[in-house]
Amino acid sequence: VIYLDHNASTPVRPEAAEALRLALSDLSANPSSAHREGQRVRAAVETARSQVARLVGAMPSEVVFVSGGTEGDHAALIGAAWALEARGKRVAMSAIEHHAIHGAAEVLEKLSFAIEHLPVGADGRIDPATIDALPDDTTVIAVMLANNETGVIQPVAEIARRAAARGMRVVCDAVQAAGKIPIDAKALGADYLVISAHKLGGPKGIGALIVRGGAPFEPLQRGSSHERGRRGGTENVPGILAFGAAAEMAGRDLAAEHERLRALRDRFEDGVRAAVPGTVVHGAQSPRLPNTANLSCPGARSDHMLMALDAAGIGVSAGAACASGAVEPSPVLAAMGVPRHLAVCALRVSLGRTTTPADVDAAIAAFAECVVLARGIAAGVGAKA
Amino acid sequence: VSLDTSTSASPSRPRAPGALRVLAAMSGGVDSAVAAALLAEQGHDVTGVTLKLWCYGQSPLSPRACCTLDAIDDARAVARRMEFAHFVVEAEEVFRARVLQPFLDAYAGGRTPYPCALCNQNLKFGDLVARMALVGADRLATGHYARVERMPDGSWALLRARDAEKDQSYALALIPYDVLPRVLFPLGTLHKDEVRAHGERLSLSVWDKPESQDLCFVPDGDYAGFMVRNLGETRGTTPGAFVRHDGQRVGTHRGLIHYTVGQRRGLGISAAEPLYVLALDADANTVVVGPRAELDRPALVTERVNWLVPSPPPAGTQVTVQIRSHHTPADARIEPREDGCVEVVFERPQAAVTPGQLAVLYVGDRVIGGATIARAAGETLVVIGASDAGVETQPARRG
Repeated sequence: VIYLDHNASTPVRPEAAEALRLALSDLSANPSSAHREGQRVRAAVETARSQVARLVGAMPSEVVFVSGGTEGDHAALIGAAWALEARGKRVAMSAIEHHAIHGAAEVLEKLSFAIEHLPVGADGRIDPATIDALPDDTTVIAVMLANNETGVIQPVAEIARRAAARGMRVVCDAVQAAGKIPIDAKALGADYLVISAHKLGGPKGIGALIVRGGAPFEPLQRGSSHERGRRGGTENVPGILAFGAAAEMAGRDLAAEHERLRALRDRFEDGVRAAVPGTVVHGAQSPRLPNTANLSCPGARSDHMLMALDAAGIGVSAGAACASGAVEPSPVLAAMGVPRHLAVCALRVSLGRTTTPADVDAAIAAFAECVVLARGIAAGVGAKA
Repeated sequence: VSLDTSTSASPSRPRAPGALRVLAAMSGGVDSAVAAALLAEQGHDVTGVTLKLWCYGQSPLSPRACCTLDAIDDARAVARRMEFAHFVVEAEEVFRARVLQPFLDAYAGGRTPYPCALCNQNLKFGDLVARMALVGADRLATGHYARVERMPDGSWALLRARDAEKDQSYALALIPYDVLPRVLFPLGTLHKDEVRAHGERLSLSVWDKPESQDLCFVPDGDYAGFMVRNLGETRGTTPGAFVRHDGQRVGTHRGLIHYTVGQRRGLGISAAEPLYVLALDADANTVVVGPRAELDRPALVTERVNWLVPSPPPAGTQVTVQIRSHHTPADARIEPREDGCVEVVFERPQAAVTPGQLAVLYVGDRVIGGATIARAAGETLVVIGASDAGVETQPARRG
C-alpha cells in the first residue's frame, strides 16, 4: 500500500520506537518518586521536554504534556477562557478550526460563553483585520497554524499582534504544522500552542500544550502537581520519551524534508492536473504545508475515489466523515466558498517521510485510472435519475 | 457479462487463483454478515459496503432496525473479524429519490407500496452494481435468501431459496436481468438456522441478533406516523368517506395513508357483518369497504414488467403468481400486453389484490418476471361460505 495520508497519522520513526521500547523495558519507576530510579525516569522525561520545546522554539518549562491534540486544544481554549472569565465570556475561533477546537468551544457554549466565528477567504486564509472588529469582551482567539485539510498556513503572527494590541490571547493549534514547517513560538506570538506526536513520527496518545510566558491558564485536570500543576496524572513516560525522540528527528530533518516534500507534492499536483484536465487544487495560491495537496477532479466523487484508490493500493483521505463514516463535503472547503459540486470531489493527499518519487508517480497513474471509474459511476447513477 | 476473473481495474492487489473479487453489501444484520464472511472464509477477496440511506444525526432510529449507526458498527465488526476492508457508502440521495419518494407517492395515491423491491432494484442491484467497477469486483454478494443459476439453455435464472420460509425471491423480482450473472447469494442454499450456526462458528458478533421484521426506515411499523412526522407528508392525510360499493356512506376515514386493501382492523365502522377495505380511491378520497367475499378478484393488471428471462413468455403461459411477500402462490396464466404490462388471470379468485404491491411470476422455482400491481381486474365474484378468518394483508415485509 502506498500511504499518502500523513496528515492523519505518520509512520513511527525508528528512534521513537526505540525510545518507546527503552521506556517500557527499562524505565518503569514513577518520575515523581524521590528514589534514584524515579530520578532516572524524571531525567528522561525532562530531556524529552527539552526536545519537544526545541522543535517549536519554546522553553522546556512552558511544555505541558497532554494526551494529544484534542486534549491540548480543550485545555488551551477552555483553560484560557476560564482564567480570563472575569474580563468577558466571549471567545473567537476561525471557521476552519479542527474538530477539537469546535469541541472545546461547545463546552464553553454550555458554560454560557459566546462564540465568534472568523471567516476565511477563498484562499483559505483568515483576514487578520477581522480581529479588530471583535467585540471588546472577547478574551481568547483560536486560530490554527496550518489547516489539516488544505495545508494552508494562517497569518498567525499578524493575528497575534493585533490580538495582543487589544489584550486578547491566542490559542494556536499547530498540530499539522509542527515538524513540517519551522515554528518559533516566540516569533509567532501565540500564547498557547498545541502539537501532537503522531503527526511527526511519534506514537499516538501523546502531545504537548505550550503555555507561553505565564499566560493565564486554569488547568482542567487536577489533583496533583504533575506538569507544574497544569495537568494532573502520572506522566505517559513511554509516549513522552518517544515524542521527544520524534521531535528531535523531525527538527533535524525539517529543512531537507521541507524541500523534498514540496517538490514531490508539486510533482503530484502537476501530474494529476496534466492527467485529469479540470482538476482544481484548493488553496494553491496560498502559502501551504509542503506535504499537503487537496484537490478535486470534477465528476469523480470523493467516496467513489476513496474506494477505487484503496482497491488500487493507494491510501488517501476525503475531507470529512459523518458519524456513520460516510464521506461528506468538507466544512473547511465550504467556508472557503468552494462550490458543492467540487467539494464533494475533494481528496486530501498528504506526503511524508516515507514517500518516494515512485510512490508519487504510481499515485498519479492511479488517480487517472480511478477518475475514469468514478466518473463512470456518476454517469451511470445520473443516467437512471 | 464476462466470467473471466483475470480482468480487473485494480491490478496492484494480488489474489489467489480462482478467487473472486467480491463487493459484499452488509446491512449490519446476521444474514448479510454471514454471506460476506463465508465468501471471505472461502478465500475470496471481499470488500464490505454498507449503504448509508439516512442522515442519522437528524433522525435517530431504533437500534434494533438495520441501517442505523449501530448496524454500521456491526457490519464493521464483521469485516474486522474476517479481516476484509469495509466502506460506508453514501446513498442518501438515491434512496430519497428512488425509494422514499415513490413510497410517499404511492401512499398518497391510495396504493400500498413495497419499498424493499425498489431498494433492491435501485440501490443494492443498481447503485452498488455500478460501484463494482471501483474496486474491480467480479461479483456483488448480498445476504438474500434466493439462488441464481445458469440454465441448460444458457440463460440465467433467479430461483427461490432452499429455505422456503426465508425465501426472498419476491423482493428481488425488480432487479435487472443483466445483473444476474454478476451476483452471489451465498445463503440461497442454506436454512436460517444453518446461517446462524455459521455466524456462531465464525464468531461473528451479530450471530444471534434479532430478526428485523419491518421496513428498515420505519422500525416501529407506524408508516403513517413516519410519513407525517418525519417526512412532513400532508397528502393522503385528509379525512374522507368510507363508502360501500353502491356509494352509500358508512363512516369517516382518517386519511388514505392509514389503510390498505384487505384491512379489517381499525376501521371503526359498526356494521352487521365484518367490513374490509376493498379499494382506495385517491381522486375521490374515499375508502371502499365491503364484506370479505368482495375482496376476491379474478385477475389483475400490472405496471411494466421486469422480465427475468431473456425474452417475454408467450400469451397464455401458465405461472404461479405471488401478490404479497407472504402470499401463498396462486396458479394463473399471463397475457403480456403491447405496452410491457401484463394481465394475470387467476385460476381461482384471490383476496386483496393490492395496487402498489408486486405481482411476481414464477415457473416452478424460477422467477420469470415481476411488476408492481396497477389494479385488480375483472368482476368481483361472490364466493359462498368464504371464511371470516381475515386476510394476510401485512404490506411491506422487508426483503
